[in-house]
Amino acid sequence: MLAVGLAAAGVLIATALTLRAFQDNMMFYVEISDAVAGNVPEERTFRVGGLVVENSVRRQPGELEVAFDLTDLEDELTVRYAGILPDLFREGQGIIAHGRLDENGQFVADEVLAKHDENYMPPEVADSLAKHAAAKQAAAEAGDAAQ
Amino acid sequence: MEMLAMGKYGVYVWTCFGLTFTVLVTCVVQARRRHRAVLREVRRHMQLTETDE
Amino acid sequence: MWTFFHKLASPPHFYGLAGKFIPWFAAIGLPLVAYGTWAGLFIAPPDYQQGDAFRIIYVHVPAAYLSMLAYMVMAIAAGIGLIWRMKLAHAVAASAAPLGAWFTFLALATGSIWGRPMWGTWWEWGDPRLTSELILLFLYLGYMALRAAIDDGTKADRASAVLALVGAVNVPIIHFSVEWWSSLHQGPTLIREGGPAIAGDMLYPLLAMIFGFSFLFGALLLMRVKSEVLYRERRARWVRRLATESAGAA
Repeated sequence: MLAVGLAAAGVLIATALTLRAFQDNMMFYVEISDAVAGNVPEERTFRVGGLVVENSVRRQPGELEVAFDLTDLEDELTVRYAGILPDLFREGQGIIAHGRLDENGQFVADEVLAKHDENYMPPEVADSLAKHAAAKQAAAEAGDAAQ
Repeated sequence: MEMLAMGKYGVYVWTCFGLTFTVLVTCVVQARRRHRAVLREVRRHMQLTETDE
Repeated sequence: MWTFFHKLASPPHFYGLAGKFIPWFAAIGLPLVAYGTWAGLFIAPPDYQQGDAFRIIYVHVPAAYLSMLAYMVMAIAAGIGLIWRMKLAHAVAASAAPLGAWFTFLALATGSIWGRPMWGTWWEWGDPRLTSELILLFLYLGYMALRAAIDDGTKADRASAVLALVGAVNVPIIHFSVEWWSSLHQGPTLIREGGPAIAGDMLYPLLAMIFGFSFLFGALLLMRVKSEVLYRERRARWVRRLATESAGAA
């Protein structure tokens, strides 16, 4: 009986904490346009999401740090990250970065997560899709994701 | 052999499938155990009421 | 019509009927799962972005689908039990909970293992899809804890049924979470406007897995309902006779 009561209390507390994390997650998601304008939470890390701009990924030889530009198709934000990128990270891909702005208005990420879309297909099929059509579609989806 | 490697994702893929089938088997075992436990419980209850009479 | 329902709701009749259905469900479900596993692992081509890691879809999606289906079964059965005071419905609800909890655990675990190489994280705190699925697990655990905490069977049925019904709002939230909020999780692949966004070679094993898992769930559910009915009717003569016979067989 005591064990069950403790279990029920545990479930309640876990639910409350989970909802709290969800609320934080919603609150500290910042649009790229706001980040560029400097409208960001002070003294706290936050998240930005967008598409990795084509040909924007820059790596310093011999260093772990990588820099790339993130776009919501209007504004662009430079992101710097020293860490291992997820396997789905690539140019044109939707990603979410967690971190804060430095004094130069660049985003210093402590975590970079890659999103993927809902399409599943063999590589040959993907290749045969017209390149510009694919780029257009990805751009449209990232626009949705950023909203 | 190459098929089993799953590119570089062998560990992830096989863990997921292994976990899934382990859980399915556990579900069957639990359901059977519960059934036997209930039957035992009924028999125990019958013996108790018999000795009362 | 009503005589059919009355007969169905009569415990010994239901018990016999369930026993007949279980082998059929297993006989349909097992080959489907066997085909789906084989084709999913070895025949379906790798994904253009995710390579072989996408094969986790063949266990993740059925588990996630059943985690929600089991909850719907539980909530609807609990509702029927509450409104029409049907004991058999409460037995179904109570039996669905542990299975639903297992499938929810599987969906979370396989999703997490999939997320590590693809997204770059095991778990993202506060992500809408992940959060709502985790709360589903808490609902199942809370439901089971509540039942276990109340000794009076009828009271346990009623209280847990209310919890099951209130928690049902979470099911559409899980489904639509990826559309309503910005989530790391992608949108729906199968149930969407314009048809499934997945190549045929990849789709058929997935459908086989979803239907196969559903039949296995049906078989497991009936197995559990049988035990639940026996326990609830433990003072009835037919149950006593059955218990005595099974003792002789064992």
